[in-house]
Amino acid sequence: MTTKTDLTAPGTVPVFFVEEEHGHAEGSTMLGFWIYLMSDCLIFAVLFATYAVLGHSYAAGPSGKDLFELPTVAINTSMLLLSSITYGFAMLAMDKERQGQMLFWLVITGLFGLAFVGLELTEFASLIREGATPQRSAFLSSFFTLVGTHGLHVSVGIIWLVTLMVQVMKHGLIPENRRRLLCLSMFWHFLDVIWIGVFSFVYLMGVLV
Amino acid sequence: MSSQPHDARLVGHDSDTSGHGSMGGYVTGFILSVILTAIPFWLVMGNVLNDSRLTAIAVMGLAVVQIVVHMICFLHMNTKSEGGWTLLSLIFTLVILVIALSGSLWVMYHLNTNMMQMTPGDAMNMP
Repeated sequence: MTTKTDLTAPGTVPVFFVEEEHGHAEGSTMLGFWIYLMSDCLIFAVLFATYAVLGHSYAAGPSGKDLFELPTVAINTSMLLLSSITYGFAMLAMDKERQGQMLFWLVITGLFGLAFVGLELTEFASLIREGATPQRSAFLSSFFTLVGTHGLHVSVGIIWLVTLMVQVMKHGLIPENRRRLLCLSMFWHFLDVIWIGVFSFVYLMGVLV
Repeated sequence: MSSQPHDARLVGHDSDTSGHGSMGGYVTGFILSVILTAIPFWLVMGNVLNDSRLTAIAVMGLAVVQIVVHMICFLHMNTKSEGGWTLLSLIFTLVILVIALSGSLWVMYHLNTNMMQMTPGDAMNMP
């Protein structure tokens, strides 16, 4: 520290150029994360295409009409939708520098996310108990792959959420944590967008046809 | 943390976060999403239209509308964010998505319909 003050003349303010570069990196992080989400979107597009092709290959097994319970799906959908808006409230609290309020909303978001994953796992368990396992037919293979991949994403999102909550409690709302929370915000809302496709195309159309 | 005076970096970042939505935006998005989710469930569970093809078209149409609502209200998509690069990458993704979906369905549909009908016995005697 003493050597540093010797380098600058007394009274002058040292100038750092690192700050500006950091701000730039933050901007490109959001674009980079968006491009990751787009590539994730392509994974889901391929899984949707697989389901669209194989969705009616029942192999004389059960169809969507026999298996899907729409009230459960409706509750699941509302869980994810509610978690989306509570995450939005957390981001608004972050903008207002209210750390406690933000953590509260993040906890609520995580609980809604857990409820979603729990309900989905219960549904999978009851399907498997009825003999509708992924091995039963091409329809069920593609169904479990598509819905399971989405569920896996939500589970990873919850782990990420808890990790960030610990980070915020430890270091506060530093710029790095804000950036991470904004990335998770995009990830979380993106998963809700994918779920719109799942409940419309898989569940509602599956019961219909 | 929040009671401490902000350093230059935090304040500079604050001016950036203005594009991350407002209370009104989130609430509007949520209400629209609830309506756009409730209608397709009601159509299917109540068998309101009495026509499965018409119901299917309505369900998919409402899903597309709801995805657009989510993109604007929750993901804050607009033509200006990141200098338009987010929108450009989204359009690129949509093009690939449409090609993958329609291409798979098209090819596999023709593969299925042009497949020769055969009994298990025929299949065993295949060259």
